[in-house]
Amino acid sequence: MNPTTYGWLVLGFPLAGTLVVALGWRVLPGRLPGWIASGAIGLSFLAALGMLFELIDRPEDSRALVGTAFNYLDTGGMEADLSILVDPLSVFMCLVVSGVSFLIHLYSISYMTSDRGFARFFAYLNFFVFSMLLLVLAANFVLLIVGWAFVGAASYLLISFWYRRATATAAGIKAFVINVIGDVGLVIGAFLLFDATGALDYVSVFERAGEVFGSNDPQLVAACLMILVGAFAKSAQLPLHTWLPDAMEGPTPVSALIHAATMVTAGVYLIARCHPLFELAPAAADVGAIIGTATLLFAATVAMAATDLKRVIAYSTMSQIGYMVLGVSVAAYGAGLFHLMTHAFFKALLFMGAGSVIGAMSGVQSLDRMGGFRKAMPFTFVTFTVGALALAGFPLFSGFFSKDEILAYTLNRGGGYAVLGLVGYVAALITAFYAGRMVFRVFFGPAVVEARELEQGTLHHGEHANPATGEAEDTDVGFPGPEHHIAEREWPMKAAMAPLAVLAVVAGVLGIPGVTDTFEHFLEPTFEESRFATTAPGDGEEWLGLAAGGVFALVGLGAAYYYLLRNPELRLATRKRFARLHTFFVNKWYFDEIFDAGIVRPLRRSGQFGRTVVESTFVQGVIVGGTVGLVRAGTSFARSIQTGELRAYAALLLLGMSGLVLYFLIVAT
Amino acid sequence: MNTSWFVVLSAFIFCIGAAGVLTRRSPLVILLCLELMLNAGNLALIAFSRMLGNQDGQVFALIVMVVAACEVVIGLGIIVAMYRRRLPIDVDAMSELRG
Repeated sequence: MNPTTYGWLVLGFPLAGTLVVALGWRVLPGRLPGWIASGAIGLSFLAALGMLFELIDRPEDSRALVGTAFNYLDTGGMEADLSILVDPLSVFMCLVVSGVSFLIHLYSISYMTSDRGFARFFAYLNFFVFSMLLLVLAANFVLLIVGWAFVGAASYLLISFWYRRATATAAGIKAFVINVIGDVGLVIGAFLLFDATGALDYVSVFERAGEVFGSNDPQLVAACLMILVGAFAKSAQLPLHTWLPDAMEGPTPVSALIHAATMVTAGVYLIARCHPLFELAPAAADVGAIIGTATLLFAATVAMAATDLKRVIAYSTMSQIGYMVLGVSVAAYGAGLFHLMTHAFFKALLFMGAGSVIGAMSGVQSLDRMGGFRKAMPFTFVTFTVGALALAGFPLFSGFFSKDEILAYTLNRGGGYAVLGLVGYVAALITAFYAGRMVFRVFFGPAVVEARELEQGTLHHGEHANPATGEAEDTDVGFPGPEHHIAEREWPMKAAMAPLAVLAVVAGVLGIPGVTDTFEHFLEPTFEESRFATTAPGDGEEWLGLAAGGVFALVGLGAAYYYLLRNPELRLATRKRFARLHTFFVNKWYFDEIFDAGIVRPLRRSGQFGRTVVESTFVQGVIVGGTVGLVRAGTSFARSIQTGELRAYAALLLLGMSGLVLYFLIVAT
Repeated sequence: MNTSWFVVLSAFIFCIGAAGVLTRRSPLVILLCLELMLNAGNLALIAFSRMLGNQDGQVFALIVMVVAACEVVIGLGIIVAMYRRRLPIDVDAMSELRG
């Protein structure tokens, strides 16, 4: 079969799954909707594998195929087909998205069992996977924007999944609004490109961009910056990041799938996809690199201080995406996308582990309340630790090869990039520290009540309450279900976490510098025209970078161990010593407050002004009131003429006629 | 014969009719006065028609007569209806269409 046929299948299965589950939710019994949805994604993954094998069979220079279903739009010199582009980059993304999605679907079958919105959840989840695959397979900007907006909508639906929780709906709205800012940026960027090149499909745009634009052409830089706005909003980079931590209000599998493994990496994919443009506009690429670095440092510091387990992982996600954005912005495409893949594995794993722990804590998410789960939850402990080690970049784990490769590339670019690389290493140290902190605080230390109960075989059941505000809740539709689930007792959860744990350890073998390099070879056809191929570091330099990263990881983990387990008093003393810095981090660098004071409140105030002054005084009083007054005055005059007296009418008639006759007589003489 | 005599006569009759419409209160008399006004108009039409030597004015006069006949039919019908309902036969008393 043709690779594009497989591509259409990849898209078709999740769409069919969505429709079946969404339309049949009333008749599908029990967990069946979950199995149907998971099956659809599983088939989609198999189709993606088929696409991969078909593509590998082809010679390297013909590994980019466009499949067109029909002409979507053909008007006034603008042409947009409903077409998909199958090349190594999109195949890679499809594999990651469908593979990780399949495992998370499997996990969700257990995790969401007792939720009243079970079928709805899987319909949304399948819709999300469909949208995401559409995004990565699109062959032109129109279809990309469609997929882009769809994943935003799916994200909104899933964040607000427990729609009776006020905090969840507010978080959904926040995510949607910020994502729409990104959508607008992307649309403007696509328009600027269309304006100059007259095309919308990637192949023609990239071809003509080289002819139309010189280096750093202002219009191209503007277009690239607009594309970056889109990428930053979707990938939660500064300053459009505030929605991601709040998105943790959604169910944990959603956090794992959308807000860690797949959707938030769409920005990285977009930059990699548009790399011919960014190479023509190095200024825009530098902006991407700087913002990526700023985000990775910012998020790492916040993750170090945050106490909500899911939010720690969320900030860690932001930070890791910062590494990816930095990577693809400094032309380390292979490394950036490699990190995207390994991050999808270990971050999904971490969220799944967190979901299991939160299940054991009966919904509580605060790290301050957790501790000593090591004996009670051995499976979760092992998998979570594996994920944390991969995140920290512990030598030979997958994160070690991918993250440090990005930093090696960055350092090798020299000049200002070296500074970015060094910042990246500092953040890597912090990353290792907070990764260790999570493990030590959740699984080590004195066992909390929940952990002791679990060791005796009973799963703790607390009051049903909103973990953020403590408000009491019932367990009907719109709130989480009555039961909690942990990986130790549910085989689908185990089946989902085990492969990810294995991948988090071994995925690095795809990109050992100088030994395997399989990954970069596979992506080479997409990026072979890169002008920065010469700046790639040699194997020796890469190993140097890896070694440095490994040292930082070990130091960070050691520091976490020392501070949290060996010497807790020192930890408290340090916190007291740097109390101001600590509150600064805990308050997330006051970004929410700044936005609140700088954007939200002025907007609200101007809205209030509009309502009280413009609307009620001007519109209601002057425009509406004035018109009404005029009409009323006119009608009361007209009414006063209508006396009902027949003879008065006749007199008026005669008067008027005589007037007319007189006028004509005067005019005539 | 000079046309102006006919026009002057027609103007007189018209003014008499108009004065009657304005001053009388009985609908019956008002109708009669209206007929006077219409016929004054007819007279003028025919006089001018003769003066100019074409038949257009006479045709118009015929049409005016037809209209007058219709008007009288409706007007008398209304008056009979008022009479049957024992309403006052007085136009000043009937001012219910006041705005």
